Amino acid sequence: MFDGASVVQALQDCGVTHVVWIPDSDLGRWEPELREAPRLQLLRVCREGEAIALAAGLKLGGKNPVVLIQCTGLFEAGDTLRNILHDLHVPLFLLIGVRSYRAHQKGESTDSCPVFTEPIVRAWQIPYVLLDERHAPSDISDAYRRASAKNESFAVLLAE
Amino acid sequence: MMKLCEALEVVALHRGQRIVVATMSAAGEWPKWSDTPLDFIYIPSAMGQAPSLGLGLALAQPERGVLVLNGDGCTLMNLGCLVTLAHHPANVFLLIVENSLYEVTGGQPTAGAGRVDFAALAKAAGIERVYRFDRADAWRGGAAEALSGPGPVVVSLQVEGRIGQKTPKAPRPMSEQIARLRGGLGFTPS
Repeated sequence: MFDGASVVQALQDCGVTHVVWIPDSDLGRWEPELREAPRLQLLRVCREGEAIALAAGLKLGGKNPVVLIQCTGLFEAGDTLRNILHDLHVPLFLLIGVRSYRAHQKGESTDSCPVFTEPIVRAWQIPYVLLDERHAPSDISDAYRRASAKNESFAVLLAE
Repeated sequence: MMKLCEALEVVALHRGQRIVVATMSAAGEWPKWSDTPLDFIYIPSAMGQAPSLGLGLALAQPERGVLVLNGDGCTLMNLGCLVTLAHHPANVFLLIVENSLYEVTGGQPTAGAGRVDFAALAKAAGIERVYRFDRADAWRGGAAEALSGPGPVVVSLQVEGRIGQKTPKAPRPMSEQIARLRGGLGFTPS
């Protein structure tokens, strides 16, 4: 299970310096821990494309940011993802909440977010893993370390 | 109204050791004034994202500072960046080259051409240091103040629109630009 404290701990253990984010109703619960994290700087932006570009600037400047957004913002941020990941080749680590994923799996939601998130991530050629309640924050840190070691972008999709 | 080359000449005189991120019509002209590793010609770009990229660089390199040469059309694509710049104080100097045109696509008018007040938008977004210059002599006289001190700063530069311009090209491949910039910032190749 994921909660703010354990996710913050996982990110700090990996040496993450900045979390660039726009909250959603699930991820937003992590706000107090993200805000108070001693070794993380929380950066609020207005739109998810901004988050991608700001994180890229941080990365080029020598920092280790992650981007924390909902899939709806991922859809909006396509041009920036394309440019940063595939034109500039700046590797970013993305944490993306997938709205309504669990309800969709149970056939209890008509929200189209779960239908399009994975195809969109594949279309942007971003390697990814989908984590749900069976996983632990250490799975996030493991993914981060693997991506960092390969100097590659990676997305962790978080089932909501 | 000043010419783009007049506006950029003044920027070159005052940029110091700061990073310059240039996009859109300014990107095509800036290498004539400066082409060091700290001059990042953001072509190809993500539409509207040069200020956000610049903010990330400025937060990562707070002692250095970043000048972003942006167009009015691309500023319109990411107006939220003004709010984000105000929310995260850093040494970012956003110069909005205003010609009321999408110059790089041939010169079509932007939405709100001639009516949008970018300086007022920046003020309303919470940026305290905002300047507007519509003549070259005024810009020459005011640039030292506008481009010094702490950021964020927004400078609105009213320039003559040019119709029929060719789409600007980067002076070198992006991979080389990234490597040069990283080298200029003191990082060794990975």
